[in-house]
Amino acid sequence: MPIYNDKVMDHFMNPRNVGEIENPDGVGEEGNPICGDMMTFYIKVKDDRLEDVKFRTFGCGAAIAVSSMVSEMAKGKTLDEAMKITPQSVAQELEGLPKNKFHCSNLGAQALHKAIEDYLSKKKGLTKDKGEK
Amino acid sequence: MRKIYFDNAAITRTLPEVKDVMLPYLGEIVGNPSSLHEWGDLPREAVDTARAQVAALIGADNEEIIFTSGGTESNNFAVKGLALAQQNKGKHIIISAIEHFSILYSAKTLEKWGFELTQVPVDKYGIVNPDDIRKSIRKDTVLVSIMHANGEIGTIEPIKEIAEITRKNNIIFHTDAIATAGTIPVNVSDLGVDALSLAGNQFYGPVGVGALWIKKGVRIIPFFDGGIQEGGRRAGTENVPAIVGLGKAAELARIHLSERMEQLIPLRDELMEGLPHKINHVIVTGHPKHRLPGHASFCVEFIEGESMLMLLNSKGIAVSSGSACTSRALKASHVLIAMGLPHEIAQGSLLCTIGLDNNINDVEYMIDTLPPIVERLRQMSPLYAKFIKEGKGGK
Repeated sequence: MPIYNDKVMDHFMNPRNVGEIENPDGVGEEGNPICGDMMTFYIKVKDDRLEDVKFRTFGCGAAIAVSSMVSEMAKGKTLDEAMKITPQSVAQELEGLPKNKFHCSNLGAQALHKAIEDYLSKKKGLTKDKGEK
Repeated sequence: MRKIYFDNAAITRTLPEVKDVMLPYLGEIVGNPSSLHEWGDLPREAVDTARAQVAALIGADNEEIIFTSGGTESNNFAVKGLALAQQNKGKHIIISAIEHFSILYSAKTLEKWGFELTQVPVDKYGIVNPDDIRKSIRKDTVLVSIMHANGEIGTIEPIKEIAEITRKNNIIFHTDAIATAGTIPVNVSDLGVDALSLAGNQFYGPVGVGALWIKKGVRIIPFFDGGIQEGGRRAGTENVPAIVGLGKAAELARIHLSERMEQLIPLRDELMEGLPHKINHVIVTGHPKHRLPGHASFCVEFIEGESMLMLLNSKGIAVSSGSACTSRALKASHVLIAMGLPHEIAQGSLLCTIGLDNNINDVEYMIDTLPPIVERLRQMSPLYAKFIKEGKGGK
């Protein structure tokens, strides 16, 4: 049996939303090349919704499939909804990941959350600035 | 779809001639080589013939060959058995930082049993400096084990030079020749070693069989007790079909060694020159010249090995990688790290081991197929994006 199922292979072979957003509202990075997987997520937010999500990933087949799936799951969701995406729900949508790959490759949700947090903290900074004025 | 097998370091195809000599021992011929009645005669003779064939491959005496279940057993047996046989003399052993896990973890087991272990470093090509062995030798050193060639980077080690040092110091020297026996000339007297491991599945023989050669007079503590097979050094009924196959593979390797090398070396060189020529930021790993005939290994920067392997697989090309994601343990290759490569570069490890079934068309197909795959993965890679923006110095 191949190590990845058809769904994972599909997202690995045809990853959705690869790339970078110009002037993103938030950026989140997770992982490092030492363990082999690293992901950067870029988001564009409009009316509290993820209008656009893009990513770049350095890593194995699972890591690329996870990133692609997270971007697909997150697009169009409200920020609150997107914060509820978990490694478990991503793996579920992918119909399973190899056991030993679950932790190292499944960093997409965290990277996305970091991008949202980045957006929120920037926004907070802006409102604060405005408030001070 | 076109299928190209470039993973001969993992396992080689069992040659039809090898299979043919094995088959009669899987049903047609019944008998235990230890039996005194006539049913034992044919299997016993077959094992004796195979022993002579394996001995001839490495220039050894027949009775110095012990058949095992393969390379892992040979290495485990050698390291633990040779060290334990001399523990009254001392409890210090020396290996290199790039040994196969079957050597490294046997040595670590010996550490748990009270031995002390020194691991000598390697240079950027993966070569052990004999002087480091000399400096590591202590009064209580009883065993040195250095591989003849590394299966991951192809580099061939200066075994002769190391053997001169161990001989002067009266220390047993074992070499793991699993990557070399049957592939390049291996002669135990030339090398000057005391023990040597080899495995059938590395030179077109069957899997599940190997041999340990131990020089006459060198003591080893058996692993398996309970029988007089293999001169009392390895108990258990002989795996006759596999041993017969190993013998035949050894004979074929001995006869065809130079023509095989002549076939593989130009293919290797073409690949080693072609890929870095077609793709920027590709590093050849291992020594450019002192390397195994069919062995071409690289690190492709900014991308990870497993995804490269999977995409090549989708194009019908089977290769290997030493990246963390590829390994079951999810750790980057200890070999590449020992050579001083940074982790992110070691992650881009790509290993092509060319075999007798391959030809120049396969190499050209590989050279044409890889660049778009690398480009595709680099377009996806945050490391590459960073590099493009900031240049190599940027972090």
